[in-house]
Amino acid sequence: MSTQTREPVRSAKRRRTGVSNRTDWWALVMIAPATIGLAVLYLWPFASTFLTSFMNVPAFGPGQFTGLDNYARLLTDGDFWRALRNSGLYTGLVLLGIPIAIVLAALIQQVSRGRAIYRVLFFLPVVTLPVAVGMVWRFILNGDFGLFNWALSLFGIPGQYWVADDRFTIYAFAAVGIWMTLGINLIILGAGLQSIPMDLYEASSLDGAGRIRQFFSITLPLLSPTIFFVMILSVISALQMFDLVFVMLGSINNTAIDGSKTIVYLFYEAGFVQFRQGDAAAIAMVLLIIIMAATAVQFRLQKKWVVYE
Amino acid sequence: MSSIAVRATAPGRPAPSRRGEWRIHVILVVAAALMVVPFVWEILASFKTNAEVSSLPPTILPEQPSVRGYATFFDSVPFWAQFGVSAASLVMRVVGQVLVAALAGYAFARLRFPGRNLLFVIFLLMLMVPSQLFLLGQFEIIRDVGLLNTIPALAIPGIFSAFGTFLMRQAFITMPREYEEAARLDGAGPVRTFWSVMLPMARPTVAALAVLTSLYSWNDLLWPLIVTPTGDARPLPVGLASMQGQFGTDYPALMAGALICTVPLVLVFLFLQRQFFAGIASSGLKG
Repeated sequence: MSTQTREPVRSAKRRRTGVSNRTDWWALVMIAPATIGLAVLYLWPFASTFLTSFMNVPAFGPGQFTGLDNYARLLTDGDFWRALRNSGLYTGLVLLGIPIAIVLAALIQQVSRGRAIYRVLFFLPVVTLPVAVGMVWRFILNGDFGLFNWALSLFGIPGQYWVADDRFTIYAFAAVGIWMTLGINLIILGAGLQSIPMDLYEASSLDGAGRIRQFFSITLPLLSPTIFFVMILSVISALQMFDLVFVMLGSINNTAIDGSKTIVYLFYEAGFVQFRQGDAAAIAMVLLIIIMAATAVQFRLQKKWVVYE
Repeated sequence: MSSIAVRATAPGRPAPSRRGEWRIHVILVVAAALMVVPFVWEILASFKTNAEVSSLPPTILPEQPSVRGYATFFDSVPFWAQFGVSAASLVMRVVGQVLVAALAGYAFARLRFPGRNLLFVIFLLMLMVPSQLFLLGQFEIIRDVGLLNTIPALAIPGIFSAFGTFLMRQAFITMPREYEEAARLDGAGPVRTFWSVMLPMARPTVAALAVLTSLYSWNDLLWPLIVTPTGDARPLPVGLASMQGQFGTDYPALMAGALICTVPLVLVFLFLQRQFFAGIASSGLKG
């Protein structure tokens, strides 16, 4: 009965959308490459990482299921907790770049000339090889003759070994991380600003609202969905930070590396330097859980501050 | 809408709030200068001598400009070979991904087949999983098929992208159906309709996706590090990082190398700014 009533509707819809039965077969052909690739190179590796995280896999030969051993070992491993703390601190610090990006995006929006040039200049770090970025900043932040310490000395502030002392390395990474991602955030926030209707500003300035007032009562609330989006993306990518650790410390045998590893650096080391695949898989699973939890928490909190029309 | 029209018809008339604009420019110029300082410092240092870059207080302009840093870089790093690897893997990945994603995106957007929605949900779920979860398995596959230390190893996983598929689907789904119907009335089959009508219309999205994928491909470090442990198929980021391991304190040479490896993509960016911005605005996703 139900199929009888559904069939005519379905074929009527089909006629209306003009998709014939023959096209369905083409759809399978068209979708096959993406589906096979996704299954082989993404779904299978994901399943394999999940399973491996419960296994002890020697360098050669088959692995053995060992239950939660890998996870238990991680939880008692000081290096792992250190990496969690480092990644968490880095992520928190990088979020401080978002207010900077909001203010700059709003300012760029306000000027009538030179917008294109500002956008290009702020975007340059995004199209710069991260390895090159790390190298340049390692030079600038050098404790003995770096430009940054010299600039601090002009203000009478004593310099530090920013990339050689693990009390400071995460802060150094975060400064570079903010510099690197500012351009991305500016572009996304700029697109959000464009969608705010101009009339709102015109009406409020007729009512006597100044620019600062407009920023807080029009720009920020109406931009809040975009800010939320930028936060989600920033947290996800900051939790996966690897390049800066590798380039600024890891590839040059800097002793500060021991206290400066992030989660993904630890994963790389376990999986592809020391070939402890079970541990690497467990680290990756923990990373997945952390990223999902961080995203879920932000979605929870958004109800408190994101304004939807 | 009306305000946009007003602004477009009277561009010469400054809005009332534009009067104090120079103050905004002061802030923006200072901020932009801070952004650019590292690049300037990199360029200046690349022409200095090793003694000069480590002198205090630092000199701004090179006292005895020298290209020794560049010579050291080109002597110690097979730049052109690595440039070739980076470029070839980029082309392979970008062309492959755009094709695969456009085909699948079109099928998801327009064609009917059993399990379409379920499959699409699986694609969306994959979008949320960080790339590290795939690396161990992808490495095993690449190793087992004997592709370690080859250019295809660098490109293959990136050809298949849930994000690309999603982006292309969104592009196709917003297009008016009339074009396809007109094409079919003219006797075009689905393949012809896709290739000659729909794909050309999706050109802005294709461009944004291509540019974004190029950016990831050119900049990626972790995956190349994993699949090119030795050998000749090292792309620029890996080559540059290993050069740093070798010449850790020869800053003029390191800066010269960093600069040269950065220039190609910066040039592409300067020519294709709009596509870069569109690509970033459509995703913002890193990696």
